[in-house]
Amino acid sequence: MTNPFDAIKTAFGSLKVNVLRSLLTMLGIVIGVGAVIVMVAVGAGAREMIGEQIRSMGSNMILVVPGASQQSGARMMAGSVHTLKSSDAEAISKECLAVKYTAADWSDVAQVVYGNRNWRTRVWGTWQTTFLMRDWPLRCGRMFGPEEEKRAAKVAILGQTVVENLFGDAYPLGKVLRIRNVPFTVIGVLERKGQTPRGDDQDDSVYVPLRTSQCRLFGTPFLDEIQAAIVQAKDEASIPEAEKQIDELLTRRHKIGRKQEKDFSVKNLAEIHETAQKSLNIMTTLLGSIAAISLLVGGIGIMNIMLVSVTERTREIGIRMAVGARYADILSQFLIEGVALAVSGGLIGVILGIVGAFIFARASGWPAAVDPATVLVAILFSGAVGVFFGFYPALKASRLHPIEALRHE
Amino acid sequence: MALIQMENLGKVYQAGTVDVPALEEIDLSIESGEFLAIMGPSGSGKSTLMNILGCLDAPTSGKYFLDGEDVSELGREQRADVRNRKIGFVFQGFNLLPRINAVHNVELPLIYGHVNASQRHEQARDALKLVGLADRADYLPTQLSGGQQQRVAIARALVNSPEIILADEPTGNLDSRTSKEIMMIFRNLNRERKITFVLVTHDHETGDLMDRKILIRDGKVEGDERNCGEEL
Ligand SMILES: Nc1ncnc2c1ncn2[C@@H]1O[C@H](COP(=O)(O)OP(=O)(O)OP(=O)(O)O)[C@@H](O)[C@H]1O
Ligand SMILES: [Mg+2]
Repeated sequence: MTNPFDAIKTAFGSLKVNVLRSLLTMLGIVIGVGAVIVMVAVGAGAREMIGEQIRSMGSNMILVVPGASQQSGARMMAGSVHTLKSSDAEAISKECLAVKYTAADWSDVAQVVYGNRNWRTRVWGTWQTTFLMRDWPLRCGRMFGPEEEKRAAKVAILGQTVVENLFGDAYPLGKVLRIRNVPFTVIGVLERKGQTPRGDDQDDSVYVPLRTSQCRLFGTPFLDEIQAAIVQAKDEASIPEAEKQIDELLTRRHKIGRKQEKDFSVKNLAEIHETAQKSLNIMTTLLGSIAAISLLVGGIGIMNIMLVSVTERTREIGIRMAVGARYADILSQFLIEGVALAVSGGLIGVILGIVGAFIFARASGWPAAVDPATVLVAILFSGAVGVFFGFYPALKASRLHPIEALRHE
Repeated sequence: MALIQMENLGKVYQAGTVDVPALEEIDLSIESGEFLAIMGPSGSGKSTLMNILGCLDAPTSGKYFLDGEDVSELGREQRADVRNRKIGFVFQGFNLLPRINAVHNVELPLIYGHVNASQRHEQARDALKLVGLADRADYLPTQLSGGQQQRVAIARALVNSPEIILADEPTGNLDSRTSKEIMMIFRNLNRERKITFVLVTHDHETGDLMDRKILIRDGKVEGDERNCGEEL
């Protein structure tokens, strides 16, 4: 066989002759590899993002909300069920052994005013365990204590976004702001937390003691009613146990009979995120199939153009054979040409894919990580496509009879 | 033994279900350094004989010894090797690769002979100098006249110092003045480098310039005459 360097030079020489045709032939590979790069980069970024958000939401979380679970349909609207009370949450905290922390919520959107500035945000009535569960420290100030919770003190803890919008550069601690015209003293400011998986800004919120929210701020239709209880299990392994304990406890407390429908539902946040992961996987699979089809089509395109090229260059093949090219020389020449086409397409695809992932990351705010291993695999794979689809045309070229090839017009 | 020795050689083509005998009972002996023409009417089998002489094709019967080696039974790969080492071709239609320049065309046999790049280049330039085209090394075939293209083809044929150069109607596409130049080059290479030449021609004037003429008719050798008269 000829030396590989000469073979590669010859191959690129032939591809250069018809640049446009070579580029068009590569297109399928370019798109396929580009899609793979974007898919892997964005997929990895999104996975990282979801993981990050799960961590920021707190791990091993269980959500208890009023109303039957979704299977029984939308017969009762979520807001129209008034069956969960803060005493339920207290009972969970005391009696369920697999539970680490419990918090109860009552929130609503309200206008918050400080001086001449005002800001519309969600005000959460909750227990201070919320911050423990979510591993959310204060930047300055203090939490509200049990005593303040009990007497429904008018104290507030602010998220960063609220601080920025109401106070600007001013120092917020100790200042009095008005929520729905009720004066509250700012006792703490939270660290920045970022977005939830749904894209809500977690820092755009104000926290007050649960009872304050229930009695002084919004008022609840029923006494002591809560919108949700958020529960953190001891660890990942005890999530099912905690769910079971909560279910049994609330069934007992709400006196629900065996055949009766439950008036609460227990959801596992990990499951919710699993669903998110699953839809991400579906997206990845979809992009993956597009990539696979493009690569297939690209490969067939290469085969097609190589067959055309073999026919066009039959005389060249004859000349090469006459001066001593062997079977393997002709085979490798055309095979290398096919691989060169595919790998060049792969390289262009990698570049476009990286650019695409970067643009996607900028547009979506998601991180996108291009892994060198992926790039390597993509290029190797396009080379394999070149070998696979270039082989038949190359074989055909090498099997030509020198005399017939020389006589070809 | 002679450089070329053919014994009772035959070639039958298969055209569909019909057998077409193109060569029959060829006994031929060519010594090293000969300057020889093969002549005969159209369809008599001259090209078929040249293809077998050049190891582009194998005979269907008989023996062919080239340089003492029985090449009639060789496979494709070995024939390619023999072509590369011992034979140069000059064609009627020049058969240069259109997209590479003259010197790269000349290098082609050396690529398949595994000669390294720098030596290849040097040998190719030397060969071009021999045919008087040193100054056209970088020209593409399309930028050369017919006669110049054929000279490049000759340089390609002689670049790997073959024993024998085979030329099937090498002047068929050229005017008489250019034909004469080409024949002159052949004669000089034959004299100075002791390269054996076998060429097919229809032109009696050209045939008369050769040392020996072999006449083919209906696939058989009909005449074999030595020329003692006029010389180039
Ligand atoms: N591949 C082939 N298949 C079948 N028959 C063939 C083939 N090649 C040549 N022949 C036949 O063999 C005979 C000799 O052909 P060849 O080409 O050797 O003639 P030639 O002497 O070179 O003629 P010309 O002077 O016209 O070039 C012809 O009858 C031709 O039809
Ligand atoms: Mg002929």
